[in-house]
Amino acid sequence: MIETRGLRFSYNGREVLRGIDFKAKSGEFVAILGPNGAGKSTLVKCLSGILRCGGVRILGRPVEDYSQRELARTVAYVPQSAERSFMTVFDTVLLGRKPYMSLTPSRKDLETVEAVLKRLGIEHLALKRTNEISGGELQKVGIARALAQETEILIMDEPTNNLDLKSQLEVMRLAREFSEKGLSVVVMHDVNLALRFAGRFVFMKNGKIVADGGREILKPSLFREVYGVDVAIEEVRGVPLVVPL
Amino acid sequence: MTMDYRMYTRRRLFIGLSLFLALVVVSMLSLSLGEYHVSLGTIVDVLSGGGSPDDRLVVLGIRLPRIIAGILVGASMGVAGAVLQGYLRNPLATPFTMGVSHGAMFGASLAIILGAGYSLNSGQVFLSNPYAVVLFAFLGAISATLVILALARLRGLSPEAIVLAGVAMSSLFVALTTLVQYFADELQLSAMVYWSFGNLARATWREDGIMTAAFVLVFAYFLLRRWDLNASTLGDDVAKSVGVNIERERLIGTLLSAFITSVTVAFVGVIGFIGLIAPHSMRLTAGGDYRFLIPLSALAGALLLVSADLLARLILSPMNLPVGVITSFLGAPTFIYLLVRMEGRR
Repeated sequence: MIETRGLRFSYNGREVLRGIDFKAKSGEFVAILGPNGAGKSTLVKCLSGILRCGGVRILGRPVEDYSQRELARTVAYVPQSAERSFMTVFDTVLLGRKPYMSLTPSRKDLETVEAVLKRLGIEHLALKRTNEISGGELQKVGIARALAQETEILIMDEPTNNLDLKSQLEVMRLAREFSEKGLSVVVMHDVNLALRFAGRFVFMKNGKIVADGGREILKPSLFREVYGVDVAIEEVRGVPLVVPL
Repeated sequence: MTMDYRMYTRRRLFIGLSLFLALVVVSMLSLSLGEYHVSLGTIVDVLSGGGSPDDRLVVLGIRLPRIIAGILVGASMGVAGAVLQGYLRNPLATPFTMGVSHGAMFGASLAIILGAGYSLNSGQVFLSNPYAVVLFAFLGAISATLVILALARLRGLSPEAIVLAGVAMSSLFVALTTLVQYFADELQLSAMVYWSFGNLARATWREDGIMTAAFVLVFAYFLLRRWDLNASTLGDDVAKSVGVNIERERLIGTLLSAFITSVTVAFVGVIGFIGLIAPHSMRLTAGGDYRFLIPLSALAGALLLVSADLLARLILSPMNLPVGVITSFLGAPTFIYLLVRMEGRR
């Protein structure tokens, strides 16, 4: 569904991605983990076509072959931080329908927005401006906009940042629910939250993937290699728990 | 919820209708009031083809072209401000922050010193070749933006860098203007200063025609791009992810905003702050959705400028104050208010 071979990307002369081979298909929930500066955000921007990196294929076709509108109907991207504006929550989420709109939103566009707002439990905020709502609510608005795009692939960059525990769990449940029919790729810092929800873990360091797989790849040696931290891994209710020592 | 949303949309249409009615009322007042009073009945007579020659001259020859210029200039500045603030994601951005006004001032000063000249008539300075001045002012105004956009294209400047480059270009043009003024004689200097006062009285039907054509084209383009503008306010990454070619739209939007402003500045001189007050007052009352913000900013800009011009004509009647003075008196406090609000949000 999404694939890169030997993906390289440089920014201002500095090589940020150094040969990434990555492949993921529908039905997967992939958590991308790693220390700051590992290249996680750059990788997901390449995967979503925000950065045109070359060497990325989506549904078997190179990203370069997609028109921007087509790409927006295939991949939805939620950035690390959302911008506030004087627009209402409803109008902001309605932007997710832009790839389907001609000049004015159709009835279906309005209904889709309404359904997404309900699903995220923020329909009461519909007519509030995004500069009047809380940080957690703003993050949900960003996710709602991405869901309104009705894509097969959802890519989120640290969506649980600045969220309280309940909202973190809600966002992760949404990502998991999405992966039942499509592909969820989520950049995360909280390893335990990733372990609780994701099915596959990609660890990055210095622009390279150092480990990629299910729970079986989680070893204290991996954490020492990636983060330089000693950890113990214990099991709680069937889920591994990473405890820093 | 869809019902509530429809109500909300209707409220925004109502704001537009109110502004339009207010504009009609102020325009009628402006046709009627002044040193030479024309009654409403006479105005209707004149507009329907009747009236005395004196009434016809005042209404059709002097006041109406001036009011229409006010509407066009105000609407152009309102729309240009709204669009730049969206694409550059900076609430203080207006075409003037892109160096348009100082570029125009330099162009006009250069034309005057190169011999577009002036003449003395009953103690007042008149430009003897106003069209040369208009052309130079336009070229000066648009050149600042072209330099900035060329830089943005070649070096991939961020919105913040574009705004800063505008500040730098403005400083450069101020220095160039000072240099030109240093070599000017007294009369040339007073012609330059006279030009720099924004004044709607300079516009005749011909200028109104040119400004209408420029405005209609640019306004229609921005209306078509309203969703791109909405997406732009959420940041480049989001705009791209919903399918907007944001770099291209930012370049075109900035260029077109500078273009309509340059046309108006060349004809009527520098009238500041409309591009700041109109879009922001509309954002506060009707929200930031560009589907409504573009037409509402045009209406608010037109209403503001026609009202300010009426005030400028009446305050010290029979003397006409330059309308730029009135808009600056309104604009400077607005600018500071916005700055304080922005700081407060950090």
